[in-house]
Amino acid sequence: MTGLNHNTAPVDIRERLAFSGDEIGAALDRLARLPQLKEVVLISTCNRVEILMASERPEEAVESVNGFISEFKGIEPARFKGAMYVKKNDEAVRHIFRVAASLDSMMIGEPQILGQMKSAYYMATRKKTSGVILNRLLHRAFFVAKRVRTETGIGDHAVNISHAAVELGKKIFGDLNGKQALLIGAGEMAELAVERLIRDRAGNIFVANRTFERGMDLASTFGGEAIRFEEIFQYLKQVDIIISSTGAPGFVIDRSQVKGLMRARKNRPLFFIDIAVPRDIDPGINKIENMYVYDIDDLKGVVDDNIKDRKDEASKGERIIDEAVIRFRRWYESLDVVPTIVGVRSKMEAIAEAELKKTFKNLDALSESDRDAIRRMAESMVKKCLHDPALYLKSDRCRGRDKSMRIDMVRKLFRLDD
Amino acid sequence: MCFIMDIAIIIVTFFYVVSAAAYALYFFMKNKAFQKVGVVVFAGGFLAHCALIGWGFVVAGHMPVRSLPETLIVAAWAVAGVFLALQRGKSLKALGIYAAPLAALTMTAASLLPKEPAQSKHIFASVWLAAHIISIFIGEAALALACGAGIFYLLQERAIKKKGRGFFFRRLPSLDLLDTTGYSCIVIGFVMLSIGLVAGFIYAKMVWGAFWRWDPKEVWSGVTWILYAVILHGRLTVGWRGRRAAIFAIIGFLLMLFTFFGVNFLMEGHHGEFTRIKG
Repeated sequence: MTGLNHNTAPVDIRERLAFSGDEIGAALDRLARLPQLKEVVLISTCNRVEILMASERPEEAVESVNGFISEFKGIEPARFKGAMYVKKNDEAVRHIFRVAASLDSMMIGEPQILGQMKSAYYMATRKKTSGVILNRLLHRAFFVAKRVRTETGIGDHAVNISHAAVELGKKIFGDLNGKQALLIGAGEMAELAVERLIRDRAGNIFVANRTFERGMDLASTFGGEAIRFEEIFQYLKQVDIIISSTGAPGFVIDRSQVKGLMRARKNRPLFFIDIAVPRDIDPGINKIENMYVYDIDDLKGVVDDNIKDRKDEASKGERIIDEAVIRFRRWYESLDVVPTIVGVRSKMEAIAEAELKKTFKNLDALSESDRDAIRRMAESMVKKCLHDPALYLKSDRCRGRDKSMRIDMVRKLFRLDD
Repeated sequence: MCFIMDIAIIIVTFFYVVSAAAYALYFFMKNKAFQKVGVVVFAGGFLAHCALIGWGFVVAGHMPVRSLPETLIVAAWAVAGVFLALQRGKSLKALGIYAAPLAALTMTAASLLPKEPAQSKHIFASVWLAAHIISIFIGEAALALACGAGIFYLLQERAIKKKGRGFFFRRLPSLDLLDTTGYSCIVIGFVMLSIGLVAGFIYAKMVWGAFWRWDPKEVWSGVTWILYAVILHGRLTVGWRGRRAAIFAIIGFLLMLFTFFGVNFLMEGHHGEFTRIKG
């Protein structure tokens, strides 16, 4: 696999290289035509672009993918090559598992990445660009992610972001009792934060969404009130806490819009919690008296301060992933021809042996030499039966993708993996 | 007699110093036990302090505010009293890190300053003067605490804005509590200051035959009073709160310190001798 993420590439490169939903489809079509790639899945979020490939010539495959990106995105390879990482085999598998489990996320434990990977995978299956190996890999990745989430406290981390927001709110307001909140946009994180606020007996909750209906749905789950997106500025005069999490490319609220607000508010403090990436709230607002703006990175800092045992949880998660990587390698190695043939043969031999035993029990009249003859016959039947399947498995007529598919099919046919 | 008085002053000072140390430990180590020790020792100091002033009252036959040391002792007593009065319910515990050293320092200054022989004058013996002095000192103590809350507010606001989550962020309470504490201190201070001024007018009328004589102390007290009136007016009408209120509380207190000391040192007037160091 190859890719880049928030650690290796600055945001301007990430923006340049990110694939939108439609682009992913087109890109997959083109990637699938590259001869070096047997299978491919493309994951693109605001923090990462990852291209998972199955190939027998990985170096060439990565080269051609880089060429493709440069052409598709109109950006010279030199601009982004330094930010790309290339991982193979176990390392690649581990990376995918870590990404799925949200251990590689900018905000560790955030739940969205799994959904994003699932839709990326769905896209690849629709375009039929993923095959046996990547199918298995991604299914395992989803499974591992679920395990990590349920067995470690990693997932709490995202919950802790909303906790941190509430704690900060308490440092400003002292008590959240009766404080009014406005939720702009939607999203899991934002909803968690609102739930926390409600638990702290916050007052009215208003929900503003681009689509009013979605806003109404959300508002009803919180027992709040939906308002129109255009009404936000009227409500800024009365609410105390604003949680924003829209997918807007620019600021939803910028400094000049709220500059004169404090007079109408009689200087009551206003706390903006900006969970969106890219940001919704102009950070310049933080400079205005009695207004406080915290974005996701700021909150992350608060959380890092708060959690001491986060490392333990992460290492627990890493252990689960280590296990999964080993299992996946075993499965992958089994895709090799020889072990499969051996597996099929020993299974058949075991069946023959068992059946012979049953038969001999009922036929006491047979002499020892008769039994040997029958045994030899059974052996040669197994051998003859397996001759053509083995040839079929070993044959190299087509591209390797078919080979792994054939192996997989045979393994399923004989239920070798259970 | 004087010697015993000195010992008593040292004992009271000692209480406040120990309390200040306990508050410092509480603040740095974030250990609530130290806060409890701090407030108990502080209260002990305050009781001793009451005894000290009561004794001075009995000896002199009126409020013992004849010289700068005596004045400082009363000022520290007022600070201690107002602080303790505020330590109820959900209050600003961390303010002890300001109030205890303030009381300790004031007492230390009082004990180090040269004492001159007490000379009682008949002008001290008046209910109105006692009311004037007690109200003014309590008011000024409350305003001193408002200044402390203001300083804390600015520190905490800075911490939240900078997002550093550093030393003060963890130790100081919420902006809201700092703001409302500062506000209530200013309300108390303003009311007591007003009562004190009225009592002073009446006393001045009785002694000098005029309510207001444009004495520098009077003028500056008036200026201070007007400043606090403006602060309260701003708060009630256009909602001056937070940072601006905190800055005003600090400026107001500095102005008050000038009225208290500066006017006496720099200008002549009938209040002069109570707060001037005499050789």
